[in-house]
Amino acid sequence: MANMAQAIRLALHYGEKNLGVTDIFGEDVGAPLGGVFTCTQGLKTTWNTPLDERGIVGHAIGLALAGQKPVAEIQFCDYIFNTIDLLKLAGNSCWSSNGQYPLDMVLMTPHGAGIHGSIYHSHSFDAWATRLPGWKIVIPSNPLDAYGLMLAALEDPNPVMYLAPKALLRSKGKEKIPGEPDEAELKKAIDAPIGDRQNWEPQWPAIQRHLQPLGKAKQVRQGNSATIVTYGRHVQMSQQVADELSSKGMGEVRVIDLCTLYPYDWEAISKAVLETGKILFVNEDTEITNFGEHLLRRVIDEHYYQLKARPRVLAAQHVPGVGLAPTLEEATVPQKKDIEKAITEILQERT
Amino acid sequence: MSYPAQPFKDKEFARKFYELMVRSRVLEEKLIRMAKSDDGFFWIGGPGEEAFNISLGLQVKKGHGLEHDFLHLHYRNNGTLLAMGSPMIDFIRQMKNSKNDPFSGGRNFVSHVCKKEWNVVPATSTIETQYSVSPGTARAQWRARQQGKDAGVTIVVGGDAGSAEGDFATCLIWASRPEQELPMLIIVTNNSYGISTSAETQHGEKNVSDRGKAFGIETLVCDGNNPERIWSSIEKGLDYVRGSGRPFILEAKVSRLNGHSSSSGANRVDEPDCIEIFERKLLKNAWITEEEISDIRKSAQAEVNKAHEEVRKEPYPDAGTFQDHTYADGKRGGIPGRDF
Repeated sequence: MANMAQAIRLALHYGEKNLGVTDIFGEDVGAPLGGVFTCTQGLKTTWNTPLDERGIVGHAIGLALAGQKPVAEIQFCDYIFNTIDLLKLAGNSCWSSNGQYPLDMVLMTPHGAGIHGSIYHSHSFDAWATRLPGWKIVIPSNPLDAYGLMLAALEDPNPVMYLAPKALLRSKGKEKIPGEPDEAELKKAIDAPIGDRQNWEPQWPAIQRHLQPLGKAKQVRQGNSATIVTYGRHVQMSQQVADELSSKGMGEVRVIDLCTLYPYDWEAISKAVLETGKILFVNEDTEITNFGEHLLRRVIDEHYYQLKARPRVLAAQHVPGVGLAPTLEEATVPQKKDIEKAITEILQERT
Repeated sequence: MSYPAQPFKDKEFARKFYELMVRSRVLEEKLIRMAKSDDGFFWIGGPGEEAFNISLGLQVKKGHGLEHDFLHLHYRNNGTLLAMGSPMIDFIRQMKNSKNDPFSGGRNFVSHVCKKEWNVVPATSTIETQYSVSPGTARAQWRARQQGKDAGVTIVVGGDAGSAEGDFATCLIWASRPEQELPMLIIVTNNSYGISTSAETQHGEKNVSDRGKAFGIETLVCDGNNPERIWSSIEKGLDYVRGSGRPFILEAKVSRLNGHSSSSGANRVDEPDCIEIFERKLLKNAWITEEEISDIRKSAQAEVNKAHEEVRKEPYPDAGTFQDHTYADGKRGGIPGRDF
């Protein structure tokens, strides 16, 4: 099976070949490295930029204004913060020009903790990103969705921010991308060799179009006892917790992978509240002014009388960073045990 | 637009240029009066930059697409669009937040122009971001050139105060990457102020454009109050960029005749006035009479007053449209499942 980095690479190749992608660029995105996570190895339209995040975002906006179809990368979302006003401009270009200048661009960036990344390689950006009207925000939890969300982002004529969970970029999926060859064959075909790569060229497999539509969540586990709504690397964690609780006879927990944070799939969340009455929102951004808080507030606004237990948000601690020591990281960012504790409390709450 | 090889030796051209300057000034004066009489919420604009704006507007390769010039303007460039052919009423409409405002649909301050059919990208209140964004349109044109296609150039305009932001350095770096130099005319209209703060108290460099020398970028400083000099400087810069495909920095020293904006009163200050300077030359050459000067101003006044009267009848945008165009194809934003 392809890992998530390979899936993104395959999607970008599909985009170059079929969707008119003109530029894939960022720090170390082009040859010889092809991205610090290898997401852009061997692609035709890649190029390296100065170490200048504002320049990267500004350039993407400019290319999109000129009718090109750029995909820009910020090497880690930890380094995106100095581009906030440009992200605001990208989000308001279409609106402030009364429809004259929509920006057809994708900005991708590795996101979240889980790689022992210390203070400046463990940030999350979802809470900030969802405060940028005019953008669409996606985050995959497995390679197939990474492929499908990237294609959906490339087909969308608006700015789309693609948050790739750092901790999952090397992880393999359970489902193949349509047209994906066997694992060994794929590796040989599209992974750049170690050492001299000057004469290397990828042999792209005949992959096919597959979309994870923007705005659509996935119910990745059935259940009517309670619901966990999450995304990114906490999807698998939540599924594991739900399976274990089921095996202990504690109930069947539904798990929803949002996939798109904006526009989020309210229908799926609303249905889950009506059918289970109990809901937990899980993510790894800091907990004050967290995206999960918006979802929770909306659940209370619209479904207060259908709730059977106090709805909750499980998020990262409100501290300036994620400490490098495993003890500190685990105490800061939601772990499997934290999810288990939170959902167990919800399940056990009297109705 | 075609113009004579030595335009300011041509009487008809000079008179036309003067008329555009006056129309631009009269427009700005009307916009200021509107702001002062609660007929608009805020004014910012470019009285004092007419010589620059008209020179730029007349030399732009106007149109849509890579084969034409891209314009990344700031909020003192109404005269550029006026010279390109925008009617006065467009600016009045933006001042009044009319639903017919062609630049922003009643959403943005006056002088925040945008006109896709002429490659004029949205002007923003962030006074420096155009310097980060403009290399992107220039790269698209660079690529077209590499492919042997006809391509225009990218023109970016900002002020001296905004050049203190890192975006200006971004512009210089990205425009001068080895073997990927971009066809950009990088302009700084230097009025010596950032709102109330004098550049002398904040900038140690003699000229903002000197920074380009470290990147091997050709630079030129000129008197932006002298129509002939600013015209020829823009011409030189554009010729260089069009011919070489490389960047060029032009710093035009200009006046700021009505302060920063309505927030500082917008009252006339004592600085050289490019229109008065040009008027004296035209009179000296006997290319215009006092009576004709008066008539040109009266005609411009009548034009702007008529536009104002028309816009007064126009409503604000319908309240229900506030979310329109958040996304492409007119699509709305807001709360999923509630607003769309």
